[in-house]
Amino acid sequence: MTKIVVVTSGKGGVGKTTTSAALATGLALRGFKTTVIDFDVGLRNLDLIMGCERRVVYDLVNVISGDANIKQALIKDKKVDNLFILPASQTRDKDALTTEGVEGVLNALRDDMKMDYIICDSPAGIEKGALMAAYFADEAVVVTNPEVSSVRDSDRIIGILASKTRRAEQGEGDIPARLLLTRYSPERVENGQMLSVEDVQEILAIELLGVIPESQAVLNASNAGSPVILDIDSDAGQAYSDAVARFLGDQLPHRFVNVNKKGLFGRLFGG
Amino acid sequence: MSIFSYLLPKKQSSASVAKERLQIIVARERSTRGGPDYLPQLQEELLQVVRKYVPVDQDAVNIQLDRESGCEILELNITLPEEAAQQS
Repeated sequence: MTKIVVVTSGKGGVGKTTTSAALATGLALRGFKTTVIDFDVGLRNLDLIMGCERRVVYDLVNVISGDANIKQALIKDKKVDNLFILPASQTRDKDALTTEGVEGVLNALRDDMKMDYIICDSPAGIEKGALMAAYFADEAVVVTNPEVSSVRDSDRIIGILASKTRRAEQGEGDIPARLLLTRYSPERVENGQMLSVEDVQEILAIELLGVIPESQAVLNASNAGSPVILDIDSDAGQAYSDAVARFLGDQLPHRFVNVNKKGLFGRLFGG
Repeated sequence: MSIFSYLLPKKQSSASVAKERLQIIVARERSTRGGPDYLPQLQEELLQVVRKYVPVDQDAVNIQLDRESGCEILELNITLPEEAAQQS
């Protein structure tokens, strides 16, 4: 059965695209046939993060309008098997996304392409693009930074997920939504300068999928156009791997949430 | 850090200020969630009517919409200032 997952946040710049790329890549690495779709029509960026920007020929809107079929528009990832990217249109605006059109694309990915997972990378905001990315979802990942505006916007998005998805409209109840806290800095939390993972969880009251530490590896990965989850030596890459395992039902302890206590040697000679 | 800093009352951390502010605003926004779009305007216009007779604060009018098995209850709370209450 195909599962549709929306990666959303409300606020921009918190790590939706980074997370979509990592989650899709992680699922494909585990053998699931996965497509990641960029819903940010007009401001395409997933292609850059996935490193396939020069291979884009057709896009989501082309498929919706019938200019291309899904096979022509899907970009097969060069590094990871089972992984496909469907880029957003750069020239059109979000009104080009229609409920019927998006449903058609998702049906084609499910029935014709036999995808196991479809990851919908939502644009920021609560406009058409974000609503379309979430509408058909079976599950949601809410990306949040430990910062007041991001937490407030996430709460708003959680409310929208509870009322504006197809499942909610048909009275099938809320879709499961899980929290991914990104750009987390345990040192600043310990000094009382940053909301802790417990604080954010208490306010948003949803299950915790993972905590991604603030890390240079994320910028390195986007610079290189290679999802950070492939950087297996990095803290952020490992945190994303853990999150993917938890997404699939594994019970893993949360790493990177506490300050690494340096030993005497580290304190004397460490940077 | 001097020894006196241990004796002085500890300043509240910015993270706990953030948490408190968030808890309040999120609770407030959740209470109006799912309600009809006209609620804020209704609140504003009711406030104007009340103000024609009694000087009340912006946040003195509180509207809540509850749904109970098929019927909706619009609850309206207006807190009058103490002087106004004594006059009547």
